[in-house]
Amino acid sequence: MGERPRLSRRHFVFGSVAVAGGVAFGQFAQAQQAPSSTASANPLTAELGPNSVTFNPWVEISPERITLIAQHADKGQGVGSIQPLMIAEELDVEPGQFDIRFAGPSPAYFNTGFAHELAPFMAPDQSPEAEKARAAALEWLRKAGLQMTGGSSAIPDTFDKLRMAGAVARETLKVAAARRSGVATADLRTEAGNVILPDGTKIPYVALSAEAAKITPVADVKLREPSQWRFIGKPMERLDIRPKVTGEMKFGIDRKMDGMVYAAVKLNPNKGQPITSYDASQAQAMPGVKKILKISNGIAVIATNSWYAMQAAERVDCTWEPSKYPAEQADHWNVVASSFAPQFLGKEWRNDGEIDVGLQDGILVEAEYRAPYVGHQPLEPLNGIGIVTDKGMEIWAGHQTPQSVQYIAATAIGMKPEQVTFHNEWMGGSFGHRLEFENIRVLAEVANQLRGTPVKLVFSREQDFLQDIPRQIAMGRYRGSVKDGRIIAADVQVAATTPFKELLARMGTPSSDPDGQLAVGIWNVYYDIPNYRATSFEVQGLSPSTTWRSVGASANGFFTESFIDELIHAAGLDPLMARIQMCKIPIYRKLLEAVGEMADWKGPLGNGKGRGVAFVESFGTAVAEIVDVTMTERGIKIDKVWVAADVGKVVDPVNFENLVQGGVVWGLGHAMNCELTYAKGAVQQTNYHHHEAMRMYQCPTIEVRGLENDYTVRGIGEPPVPPAAPALANAIFAATGKRLREMPFNKFIDFV
Amino acid sequence: MFTLTVNGLKRQVDVVPEMPLLWVLRDELGITSPKYGCGIAQCGACTVQIDGVAVRSCQARMADVASKTITTLEAVGNGKLHPVQEAWIEHQVPQCGYCQAGQIIQAIALLETIPEPTDEDINEVMSGNLCRCGTYERIRVAIHAAAKKMGGQ
Repeated sequence: MGERPRLSRRHFVFGSVAVAGGVAFGQFAQAQQAPSSTASANPLTAELGPNSVTFNPWVEISPERITLIAQHADKGQGVGSIQPLMIAEELDVEPGQFDIRFAGPSPAYFNTGFAHELAPFMAPDQSPEAEKARAAALEWLRKAGLQMTGGSSAIPDTFDKLRMAGAVARETLKVAAARRSGVATADLRTEAGNVILPDGTKIPYVALSAEAAKITPVADVKLREPSQWRFIGKPMERLDIRPKVTGEMKFGIDRKMDGMVYAAVKLNPNKGQPITSYDASQAQAMPGVKKILKISNGIAVIATNSWYAMQAAERVDCTWEPSKYPAEQADHWNVVASSFAPQFLGKEWRNDGEIDVGLQDGILVEAEYRAPYVGHQPLEPLNGIGIVTDKGMEIWAGHQTPQSVQYIAATAIGMKPEQVTFHNEWMGGSFGHRLEFENIRVLAEVANQLRGTPVKLVFSREQDFLQDIPRQIAMGRYRGSVKDGRIIAADVQVAATTPFKELLARMGTPSSDPDGQLAVGIWNVYYDIPNYRATSFEVQGLSPSTTWRSVGASANGFFTESFIDELIHAAGLDPLMARIQMCKIPIYRKLLEAVGEMADWKGPLGNGKGRGVAFVESFGTAVAEIVDVTMTERGIKIDKVWVAADVGKVVDPVNFENLVQGGVVWGLGHAMNCELTYAKGAVQQTNYHHHEAMRMYQCPTIEVRGLENDYTVRGIGEPPVPPAAPALANAIFAATGKRLREMPFNKFIDFV
Repeated sequence: MFTLTVNGLKRQVDVVPEMPLLWVLRDELGITSPKYGCGIAQCGACTVQIDGVAVRSCQARMADVASKTITTLEAVGNGKLHPVQEAWIEHQVPQCGYCQAGQIIQAIALLETIPEPTDEDINEVMSGNLCRCGTYERIRVAIHAAAKKMGGQ
């Protein structure tokens, strides 16, 4: 690197709890860590069959089969495939030679990938103090034992440890084979599930399981050089593609159990409030109905199939306790607008130079932006199967936080978390929805009233919409100034509800620290602006909100990159060239140059066409996008999108491209036409015709390039989302001269 | 009691006449490739073939489909992979995969009507099938690839 990046950092005191624990995860360690379990214990040991071996929490071999454990849950992002393949890379097994099982809850599966996000240093900062803070964060995570899929952390978490898990197993199997054959370990090699002796004799791994179990796993192993990789970085077929294309894949909603009954619910749409009374006389007489149960915030109908249950649930007449948040949407916006006040201060995340002096110099630019509540609405509705006995509860559902499932279910029915057994399922999408717990809590309450009987709960799409805890509602108030063709000041203020802090509270681990997600997209801004201040305000008393694919950056990225575009325009500069010149991080500059080269950026397009660019780093991954649009008689048409993303190492290239394309579709589609609004305390949008996002006819070609300049491996699930909305808005400005400062854009302009 | 033929087998179900085929398949017969997504023909995840025509099974009443022949994704290839399924694998279309049964059945219907569709044809026919993961571009590419395969047969 030719120049040393100048980076500010979040204020913190090294060595205090705030370094890691306090910043984001509250009191998780104290609240949830079971005293007997530690991150070093292998949870597979307890249920190991005869003559079987487990080397670590990710590899299990019996005389019959090899099982690889996927610790991160698969909601469609492909980790159910790449996790076992990273183990297989070192273990020397081939696809088809092993089973995949999702991990049960255990601190052994604590997520190391959050270390970067927890340490209060910017992603490109490699200073010794940044690395020290990350190491401290990692130790805190180890103690906390938090197993969570999220924050685009699956690959950063597992890239080293799963390869190591495979290597340890391989070397231990070689020792077992050496003992049996009398051949020195150094003379053995491994291939396709076998240890191979010098004379070519093959000993299958499964035949060595009993002997390997008697050997302490070999700890001193070295990971292979990238030049030896068979899978990593190469185009490969996701292991779940075929069952998903033949219809054989079983999602949570597809599971069936003997003696099972079906449940559907009608819940108070005033989120978090109880039911006051109900009349089930009509529903009681409907076909298939067995029982109608009252639960804390609604009713459940038990029937002989899901459809009967859903039909009857809708016919139960319920009266609800009214909402604690404002009943009408306009009042939600009023509350947000009045939250830019000292008593709601989250944190001043950055204050470089002298902002007041900077703003008084040059031409002042001011703008206000809005991002509405939005729904997650993965296509597989919330569901789950549960059975409660006097001993405990067993749950089958797709979820991103297994330990919290235990905690939520246990709390709902007066049990202890360790009495809850949880089996994870393949998920039909999540986008943050399956970090929440409404289906888990309801399932526990219902199954507890039917002890001994397995209950399958499926939310109707309408109930799923009504109970969906949305993305934070947010406003940005931005002021900046330009002088002599240069941006000299930006004062960035965001007021929003607090998605991550609220999620933590619902997990039973509240934090009193400012919500770090509200800093993303205003704090980690890498342009050379001499006077720069970034402040978050935390809005109180509105609808609950939660993490929605890319979380804080999904709103803040739109605000900041729209405003940077406005400043660049006011300064009379080219949107891409100005960003490149202002960018302080050399590898990020390369990223902007790359996307410009892909799109052949040569300035304005003219003829009703417009081109916009945006660049946001979130979860450590920098992504730059260019969107081309045409203003037609029928509205805006999105012509093409180019994306460059730097993840250090592209581990699964085909899936990488798919995820980036999907992230762009997600970001564009919701920016175009989605919002959730409240009336009488309930969300007004109850199915996809009200909250459509992108469909095929609006989907442009999306060209993707993965760069590998970053110094560490990064995730890609969320980072392509934040630049999409501002790149589109900036393109629409270039085509029409109209600035869109509020999502969804279709309130202000038509799309083809 | 109704009788219907699903994937070549005669099946009997005892349900109310207005029960949608989707739920008959899923909950009564245990055939799970047709998915519940919206229940109101907004997402297409429940698409199956009824007498060879692609239909949203959440909108097909049991009484109206009794005696008809139903084919779901499990059987579209008659024991092997349909060329559309092959193309879906080659281009690695799915992410979560929940919508893909509906997408594939709809794509087969498209190619049976228009053997060499343009992007505009694809957009028109496939826009009723929602994909929340955003695999649309790969679906388009895979349909073109499948068209080539089927034209070559």
